[in-house]
This record gives sequence, C-alpha cells and structure tokens, in this order.
Amino acid sequence: MSDYLKISNKKFKSRLIVGTGKYRNFIECAKAIKLSGAEIVTVAVRRVNISDKKKPLLMDYVDPKKITYLPNTAGCFSSSEALRTLRLAREIGGWKLVKLEVLGDKKTLYPDMIETLNSTEVLSREGFKVMVYCSDDPLMAKRLENVGAVAIMPLAAPIGSGLGIQNKINVQIIRSQTKLPLIIDAGLGQASDATTAMELGCDGVLINTAIAKAKYPFKMAEAMKHAVIAGRSSYLSGRIEKTTFAKASSPSKGII
Amino acid sequence: MKKINKVKIKINGKKCLINQKMTLKKVITKFKIPLDKVAIELNENIVDKRKIAKINLRENDKIEIVHFIGGG
Repeated sequence: MSDYLKISNKKFKSRLIVGTGKYRNFIECAKAIKLSGAEIVTVAVRRVNISDKKKPLLMDYVDPKKITYLPNTAGCFSSSEALRTLRLAREIGGWKLVKLEVLGDKKTLYPDMIETLNSTEVLSREGFKVMVYCSDDPLMAKRLENVGAVAIMPLAAPIGSGLGIQNKINVQIIRSQTKLPLIIDAGLGQASDATTAMELGCDGVLINTAIAKAKYPFKMAEAMKHAVIAGRSSYLSGRIEKTTFAKASSPSKGII
Repeated sequence: MKKINKVKIKINGKKCLINQKMTLKKVITKFKIPLDKVAIELNENIVDKRKIAKINLRENDKIEIVHFIGGG
C-alpha cells in the first residue's frame, strides 16, 4: 500500500520533517537529517555575515536539490516581518512552499493567530503554499484553511519545551474537520510523543530541538524516524476498542 | 591625482564607504557573496538579481543580503 505525505500536490515518503537549528555544526546537522530519513527540512532566513567570508553555508552541507527546504519565519513577531522574510526566501531560489510562524509572546513563543491568519491570506494570494504554525484551536485551524493554508501545523506544546502533546482532544477535533495535512509542530520531546501524534491521525510531525539537543542526536534522529513510521502504521491498523474489564487472550475451552 | 568621491551606505546594518557610482554587483563581488544562495534588498525593496549590474548605489542606501541558516 502506498502511503505518502502529500503537501500541495508534492508527495513525500517520510512523514518526519526536521529543523536544522541548534546543532553544533552543519556536519552534525546533515548527518542527523540523513539518519532521520526526513525529506523536508525547515530553514531560517538571516543576514549573511559579510565580515567573515569563510563562514560555512548550510546549502553546502544540505543540498536543496535533494532535500526540500522549507523556509520559515522564526523570530517574526508581526505580519509585515513575516511577509518580508518569506518574499526574500522566495527570491533566494524560487521557494514557494513555506512555513509561516508569527509569534505573539517571547516567553511562550505562542503564535499570534490574528497576525498569522492575515499573513496566510496575503501569502496565499501571492502564490505561496503556506504551511502554518498555529495554536491548537480548531476554529482558528478552520479559518486558516478557509484563507488558503496548505497545511495546518498546531503546536503540541511551547517550542523547544519537550512537553509532548498537551491537548490531544483538540488535535483530534482538528483532524476530524480537515482533509489538509495536519502536522504537529513544536513541543515534542521523545519518540513516543511522535508516535502519539501519528496515532491521533496526524499526517506528520516537525521536530528540531528534541533531536538536536538530545544527548545523542543521531540516535534520537533514528528513534524519531521509527516512531513516526510505527505511529502511522498503528493509526492505519485500526486499534482495538478500549474496555473496562479484561478479555482473556487464551480460549477457555479445553482448560484442564 | 584624481580624487574619487566616496558615499556612505549600509550593508546588513554595517556602515561602509564605497566609491561613488559603484554598482550593486561590484559590492556583491567585493564581499564575495555567492549570488545563487542569497536574496538582496535595496532600501527594503527586493532586487532582481539579474539586474544588479545596472543599479548604481547612492548615499545612505541600505542593502540587506540574506541567506538560509539552520532553523526550526
């Protein structure tokens, strides 16, 4: 059975998207990406260091012809900053598939959903394919869909917190109301969190800190790869119903 | 000796003195910027990278050159 993650008519075998931040260096980052099996990686847009011409470039270590770059707007606290950033990202080399995040609070890094909604609408009209980092509010998720988002990306918990999914019910409600790719973005801490997300019916997960800041990032990259595959298979398998009392696994007939 | 007039510009927030009528392309070349891996803004307007040889820089111009770095 072919099972792909389809985002805006593009198919991906892996349902794990990984971030490229917080690694000690680009060599470590590239190896972790490879071990994770991810085909999409998020990248940030920042000023070139003009005084250090020998500074290594991400593109020299992670080939954008082989791995899909997903430019993000990390660090943007207003719609105008986010739009400026993604228009520049598109200019670097034609990137139209982007991850929008407009933050509203420095302590929680929660998304400002009003600015996020407005930005999604503008970007979609400009031809961008916008994957949107958002709160886990089903009503806002629906509104994002209505203004042209190509993927809904609710947070599991605050970015980098490693707390895992805090509101499974909301994730399930969002799942039930949308056919768009639903990707958990932010807040996962360990492999079982990724499995849980997939078992809730999510189409994928986006992980950065949980891999990059693990004691052994390469081992965690592999763990996340397997966790996502396991969670997806479990979801597709149709789990048993939960019951209060036991049901014996061995037949009672023929007991001596 | 003929005096070359200089103009003040800002590149990525840093003040620079460049020769008058220097083109954007010459500045990019001077700083060894890999053009295929960056995007450029001049005074907050995105620049078409194919046209940078025709853009003469003026006093107080602000250039932003960005690229992709690691991020989540």
